[in-house]
Order: sequence, then structure tokens, then C-alpha cells
Amino acid sequence: MNSATIVPKNDKTEMSDPLSQLEWPFHSQSKPPLPAANKAPISMETMVELRGVTKRFGSMTAVDAVDLQIRKGEFLTLLGPSGCGKTTLLRMLAGFEIPTSGEILLEGKDVSGVPPYRRNVNQVFQSYAIFPHLSVADNIAFGLKMRHVPRAERERRVEEALDLVSLKGFGKRKPHELSGGQRQRVAFARALVCQPKVLLLDEPFSALDAKLRHAMQLEVKHLQRQLGITFVFVTHDQEEALIMSDRIAVINHGKIDQLGDATDIYHAPASAFTANFIGEANLLPSEVIHKNGVSAQVRLAEGLELNVRTSAIKEGSVQALLSVRPEKIYITKNKPMKENAFKAVIEEEVFRGAMDELRLRVAGKLELMAMVANESAHERAWHKGDIVYCAIHTDDVVVVEQK
Amino acid sequence: MTAIADPHITSAGKRQPGTTGWLLLSPMLLWLGLFVVAPTAILFVYSFCQRDELGQVVFEFTWENYARIADPVYLNILLRSIWYAGLTTAICLVVGYPVAYYIGRAPAQRRSWLLLLVMIPFWISFLLRTYAWISLLKAEGPVSALLQWAHLIATPLEILYTPTAVMIGLVYTYLPFMILPIFTSAEKLDNSLIEASLDLGAGPWRTLSNIIIPLTKPGIFAGVLLVFVPSIGMFAVTDLMGGARVPMIGNVIQNQFGQARDWPFGAALGITFLVLFVIAFWFLHERGEERR
Repeated sequence: MNSATIVPKNDKTEMSDPLSQLEWPFHSQSKPPLPAANKAPISMETMVELRGVTKRFGSMTAVDAVDLQIRKGEFLTLLGPSGCGKTTLLRMLAGFEIPTSGEILLEGKDVSGVPPYRRNVNQVFQSYAIFPHLSVADNIAFGLKMRHVPRAERERRVEEALDLVSLKGFGKRKPHELSGGQRQRVAFARALVCQPKVLLLDEPFSALDAKLRHAMQLEVKHLQRQLGITFVFVTHDQEEALIMSDRIAVINHGKIDQLGDATDIYHAPASAFTANFIGEANLLPSEVIHKNGVSAQVRLAEGLELNVRTSAIKEGSVQALLSVRPEKIYITKNKPMKENAFKAVIEEEVFRGAMDELRLRVAGKLELMAMVANESAHERAWHKGDIVYCAIHTDDVVVVEQK
Repeated sequence: MTAIADPHITSAGKRQPGTTGWLLLSPMLLWLGLFVVAPTAILFVYSFCQRDELGQVVFEFTWENYARIADPVYLNILLRSIWYAGLTTAICLVVGYPVAYYIGRAPAQRRSWLLLLVMIPFWISFLLRTYAWISLLKAEGPVSALLQWAHLIATPLEILYTPTAVMIGLVYTYLPFMILPIFTSAEKLDNSLIEASLDLGAGPWRTLSNIIIPLTKPGIFAGVLLVFVPSIGMFAVTDLMGGARVPMIGNVIQNQFGQARDWPFGAALGITFLVLFVIAFWFLHERGEERR
């Protein structure tokens, strides 16, 4: 397993205080490569278990009978549009909300009604929530003070935490003297210094600009790997979720729509909602007309026939909703010797930096969106009005719903 | 008007607090000059003057008025005034803080209703309200009757014209001045700071003492000033509800300008307390700045 290269130093040393053994990757010039998100060794032990957790506010159901097991040491993302219930779910894990029904188990113990100050769970807040009247060091020491950690140990751990987030020497500063990014690191240090069983993150990067945000995403991902702490991360940004997570729980209308690793969620969406929410998708309603051997034939609403893997179609299904990712549509000038190849007109061409987005119309009816790599700065390969051929590999047609 | 008309100043975008600023400030400066600075200057001059037998101010220099303040009679009254004002402030703080905090944290719509309730007493004349208290608290009044009916007291209530009545009157009068500034601070308090404190292991009480109180300190400071300063000089409540039996420094000063017709001595008392207040304020303010 190539991810062994990133197993942190603390493997060999004492496990009691992982923070002391680590460097925040910010200031290390030679960063070890990030592990592929889905190859990390994660224990199969359960850290948090949700059983039928429901939360209602008046007549509104924010979280609807959610069952979920969060593994020890994993980076789990709750992903969904605003108002889907992901934040309520996180607030129940933190103890700010009590479930209307159901149980939340932390290491096997029911903590549903336990107040936040008696849970060994800490949160990094969206607004960072740095105490403005306390110095950076006092902010970080706050949790230790409340847990009656002796002064000498407290000071040592605060120093280590400052070092971990590369804010060494910032201890005496006041929060208003820090930049947004520095404040965020204080928020991380303040939560991590408590050595929580689970770290909760509520859209912590939403206030950062795109460049800093991407750097922080990688750093935090890396930090999580080093410390081995279970992270539960809430975001509405699907790209962020794909970059950072070991597993993603896609949430819609208070329910988990799909749970899986990033590649699963992207390549095998289990519903139209997930297919549409994660990345972009061409969603095509179809009718099953023929099924034999390895490929089955479906007919799209526009009358076109398409080949699909037989294994994707369940016994007895007559209708299927298909999802095709825009970058899986291959565009050629000449007719390819492939199945699922159609003649199309480019109705619109949108320059999107690394990619070109093409709006195609097939057989005068079906609209498709395709993404092609942007090959040359001097000459664009495709123009509005071009007649082209588009081809879709059978394996790239995903059946998201069927009946 | 030249500043507004002159395109060189406005379009150059230079930071000139100059003419326009002074123009905008002028009504307030005029007001302050006419009604604060000038009267204080007059008082200051009077405090070094003498008076004749008829109570007319005689412009002849003397230290006599300030020397009289050291008289134990006046020192006692001063100490009592500080004690009453301090007690009023403390009670207002203890009673007002939870109310102000609750209103500040309430949902927006309920908040405006509750604020209105705090303000309503201001719609009625202060003297009327004080007389209302007198008829409530008098021996044959409704409070006395209720307590007797409930067998909590055997004889009619003898609270009016006592220090207790004065305290009730003072707390009643100044409570809104404690609530409003603390409310303003509590309203601004970011809820996620409270949640962060709970999250980091601080229970409700330690969150109150470590986060909520320190962060509402500006409101507490303003409230303490707004209650302590006027209540130390209050004379109407002590006169009406204390029956002039427990004079405070405000009563003494008022008396010098009234019945006693000794304006120079009254002026000397007034100037002395002004100086004491300025020193006290400066001291509190400096301490507040240091902590920051």
C-alpha cells in the first residue's frame, strides 16, 4: 500500500500526545505527497453511530431518520445543498441540538442528551468564533483550562499547538491583529489541543479566497492523516468534498441520499440528485427495449437508441434514468467506429479555462453537454455550428434510477 | 457652506475633517458651550465668592466655601450618598443584567416588544411615577393591604419615608439606564462564541463568567456610569420618598440654591463632586483600557 509513506512519525513514538511529534505541513518545504483519498488505511472500528436520528423544528423535519456509522480515523463529509439538514446533523453531534428521536453513540455510549461541554468532541466554527478578548494563547488554552489541565502542561501543549499550525510566536497577539487565515489556524489549534475523539468542521473554508482555500483543504486533509483523528466535515461545495473526504454522505431533504467514497459518488451516483449535485451530469430518461448478453438497448425520450451494460439494468425494469458525465462524451470530426455514436451540432461553445464546454444537439432534439480539454491557446478545435460526432462508452452510461 | 461648495476639497477626496466637520458638529458644540461649559464656569467663579445676609452673591475671593465641605456633617452625607448610589448601582446590575441579556438574545420580534416594555415608564412624567410609588407604599396603600391580607406582616407597612423606600425609588428610576446599554452589548454578542465556549468544555456558569460577562463589559461599564452618576446627585426621590429624613448630597446642594440661599457654598459642593466624578471616571476608564 503506497499510502504507507505518509503514515506519521507518531507511529513509532508515544501515542499519548500526537501533537507534540508533528509538524504542520505549512512550513515544511518538502511536503510528502497526499494520499489518494480512497486508499487510506482506516480502521473499521466505529467511532460514532447514528441510529434513526430525527430532528424536527416545529412541523419542519430537518433530519429524517438518519442511520450512519462513522469510522475511527476517517474523514467523513456531510455534503448537500443549503437547508438539507447537514448542519443540524453536525450540531447534534456537537451537542448543540438534541435529537427529537433516535440515538447518537460515541464509542458505543449514547450521548444524545449529553451537553456539548461533557462530550469529547470539538468543533471548528464557520466564523472561527475566536474569543476576541483573549490572546491567541489564551484562546488555545481555554479548553485545557476548562478541563483543569495543570498550568505547566497547559503551556507546553499550547506551544505545541501553535507550532503545529505554524503560528509560533503569535501566542501573545490579540485576535484582531490576525488575518482571516491565521484566525482559522487558531480555531484549528484551539479545537485540536483538546485531543477530541471527533473533530467537527462547519464549512471552515467558506470565508477564504479560492487560492488559500485550496491550500488549506490540502493542509487540513494532511493534518487529519497525521493526527488520525476522526473528522466530520460539513460543506455544500462538492469539489471540496471530493478533494478531502475518505467517504462522503450526500444529504438531501434530511436524508442520506448516498454514502460512499469520492470515486463511487462521482462515477456511480445512486440517484438523480447525487448525479446532478456532484459535478455535472446529462440526465436522460429512457425506456428499456431489449436486453441480452453484455449490453442492453434503451430508447431515449427523443427517440435515440443507446447501449447500456446489461448488468446495470435490473430484472423487470422498463424505465431507466441515465446519467452521462459531460467529460465522458467524446467528440470527433469523423464518424467513429464505436457504439453509441451520434451526429450532433455544436449549439454553443463556452470557454472555461482548462476545459471547453460544448452544448450539443443530437438529431435535432436531444440536448447534451460535453466537456473537452482545451488543447491550444491559438486555435480552438470546436466552434459553434460545427457538425461533429459524439460517442459515449457503454460503461460510462450510469443508470441512476429505474423501475 | 464653503466646504460643501468648494469642488477642490470634495473631489480631491482628501481627509479633511475641517470645515464640513465643524459645521456638522456646531449645534452640539453650541449646546455644550451654552448649557454645560458656561454654567460650570459660572459655578466655578461663584464657589470662590461670598454672600451677604440676604443671600446675594458678593464677588470677593474666599476659600471658605471649600473649607466648609470638610465639615463631618457634609462628609457623612457624601459617604452616605456614595453608599446609596453604589447600592442602587449594584441592585440595578444584578436585577438588570439577566433582563438585558434575555432581551438581547431574544428573537427579533419579541426583542422589540420587550424593549418597548422597558421604555413605557418614560412616557409618564417622572414626578407622577414617584407619587404613584408613594401611594403604593404608604401604610394604608395596596402593598401594605396585600401583605397584611396574606398574613406576611401584622401591622401596616412602615416603609415609606425610610431608606428602603429611597432605595426602591432609586432602583426603579435608574433600572432602565442599566438595562439599555447592557442590552446593546448582549445583542451584539455572537452566538457562536457562546457555543464555542460550551464546545470547549465550559459549562453554562463558566461560559457566563469567562465569555459572556467579559464581552458585555462595555455595556456594564456604561450602565454603571449611567446609574451611579445621576443617582448620587438625585434629590427628588430622596425628598419625596425619603421624606427629606435621609438627605443625600443632591438634597444638600439643592438646599443651598433654595431655602438656604447660599449659592457660593452650593457651587463649591457642585464643583467638588464634578472633580470627584471626573477622577473616578478617568480611573475606571484607564483600568478598562489597560485590560484590553
